[in-house]
Amino acid sequence: MKLGALRSLSRAMLRGFARDRAALVFSILMPVLFLLLFGSLYKNTNAAKVSVLEVGKVALLDQARASAPRQLGQVMTVTRSASLPTALSDVRKGSYDAAVQQQGRTLVVHYSIADQTTAGFVQSLFASIVQQYDAQAAGTKGGYTLTAAQVEDKSLKPIQYLAPGLLGWAIASGGAFGAAITLVSWRETKLLRRLRLAPVSTGSIVLARVGVSLGVALIQLAAFIGIATLPYFGLKLSAYWWMSIPIVACGTLAFMSIGLLVGSFARTQQSATAVANVIILPMAFLGGAFIPLNYAPAWINDVSYAMPLRYLVLGMQDVMARGEGPASALPAIGILLGIAAVLTAISVRVFRWDAV
Amino acid sequence: MVLRVSATISVQGLRKSYGSLAAVDGISFEVEQGEFFGILGPNGAGKTTTLEVLEGLREPDAGTLSVLGLPPWPRNPALLPRIGVQLQSSSFFERLTVREQIGTFASLYGVPARRADEMLTVVGLDESAGVRTEKLSGGQAQRLSIACALVHDPELVFLDEPTGALDPQARRNLWDLLRQINADGRTVVLTTHHMDEAEVLCDRVAIMDHGRVLELGPPATLVRGLDSPVRISVESGLLSATDAAAIAAAGGEVTDDGVTLTFATRQPATILSGLADRHSLAGLRVQGATLEDVFLKLTGREYRG
Repeated sequence: MKLGALRSLSRAMLRGFARDRAALVFSILMPVLFLLLFGSLYKNTNAAKVSVLEVGKVALLDQARASAPRQLGQVMTVTRSASLPTALSDVRKGSYDAAVQQQGRTLVVHYSIADQTTAGFVQSLFASIVQQYDAQAAGTKGGYTLTAAQVEDKSLKPIQYLAPGLLGWAIASGGAFGAAITLVSWRETKLLRRLRLAPVSTGSIVLARVGVSLGVALIQLAAFIGIATLPYFGLKLSAYWWMSIPIVACGTLAFMSIGLLVGSFARTQQSATAVANVIILPMAFLGGAFIPLNYAPAWINDVSYAMPLRYLVLGMQDVMARGEGPASALPAIGILLGIAAVLTAISVRVFRWDAV
Repeated sequence: MVLRVSATISVQGLRKSYGSLAAVDGISFEVEQGEFFGILGPNGAGKTTTLEVLEGLREPDAGTLSVLGLPPWPRNPALLPRIGVQLQSSSFFERLTVREQIGTFASLYGVPARRADEMLTVVGLDESAGVRTEKLSGGQAQRLSIACALVHDPELVFLDEPTGALDPQARRNLWDLLRQINADGRTVVLTTHHMDEAEVLCDRVAIMDHGRVLELGPPATLVRGLDSPVRISVESGLLSATDAAAIAAAGGEVTDDGVTLTFATRQPATILSGLADRHSLAGLRVQGATLEDVFLKLTGREYRG
């Protein structure tokens, strides 16, 4: 394998990519725009306080507010309401986020699932109030030390799962489309055949393509982290975020192998694009990229185990946002590499140099 | 049959089928060093398959072949730097300029960039060096494609229908370049479906149809072998029918379609002097047989390229 050939092939491919405006928009600009869009949407829903209707007298809530007025005041406003049916209808209409009543020793929280983020927030908020009360009742020290920060830790801020999710989708698309389109268009223009007639090994060609895709994926990672950590979005990277680099690399290999397989079968660029879309787009919804798996219906969560994207997204989420240690990424890395190995082996068997 | 490895290319009994279709059905020929060799025939005759087997892109079903003394199949890395291949379509990297394109190909062969720039001069693309290849005209793209095939200074060059999609002017420009490549001492193997192109460029041609070589030899020899009459034509109305018949009586047939008066003869000197005596040479054309007539005689049908 000649180093000069590898270098010039990589350079030719990188130039081809950098000059392809559509590819640039698709692989870097669009995911960032999605981040802007989703990020500001979710940001606003969560930044607003939850408005709670207190139906009748809720001793637990009054007690909590009395002992920690400032902290609770930051996250909720409480309005009194006399009638349960009126309160429920208000919650249903979305005028209020939750209605709460006390029945004996049971705290009942009514919320609407129309806004799942808020619903999750309300639940965790009251869960922690009850927890505090129980701890106090059991005679342990502490009193009410409920803080807004404590509440937020329980429900991950949207940007913390949004950024890894959208980044995962961007990397999956970049890898799969990059490999499939390159293979099919090079076969179509007979460049593949021309390269076969040059004294350059297949390994060099593949290695150059993989190198370029890895480079593009790392640029996507850098752009995402750069934008998501801006104060406006407020992504807080946890200590072992750098473990996302090997995850991104392995994810790129896995999705390139999907693209390679698509490209081995597809005859035209159009069909390669269509097939890759049919694979990647549903996976973005079912694999946790667009819909966070925590909030997704159970069946999506079940299906997601079959989606390579799940391992890429959750792997990144764990080390970037959830503060898991470096070792937590190893299963995801193993699964992604396994997918890459299996699909590449199949692709090699069905590979065609020529359209005929 | 003994294979002459001293020849640049030697092919004996080559066969290649795709399914039930015999694309190449037992052909044999040799190409000598420095020769300009043409493989000629209508679309689907088996020209491209023959070339692909010679280049080492396809495995022959049967037959023996040697290219520069080596077997081209399986892919032979020792052979690749010694041959240059220009494919039917222009196979380029996307969105590179002319200069980057040929520079990339040069480095695949370990050739310095300076040599790549020289090649651009040879094919007359100096001024387009900074242009993206997608923006080149058909003729320019073909020139670049040839330059990329020659950048590593190969001994043997394969050109697959280099003038296929070009307009007549661009074709003639390219012919000059192809002649020059051959004059530099390289062996050139060209496929074409243009009979005139083969006649103008090639030292020898193999005329193919349905996967077989019908005739092999220098174009002029093949044409002379037909022993067909020369056609001498002048404007209609210069001669009376009686005069025309009198000239034709010396040996030949005369026809008049109202625009052109044509003599078909094997004694052109007699007819020409007869016309000159009567000062009736306006619009004179003298046409010998062409390779198309050879094809017609070999296959019994009109040539359609």
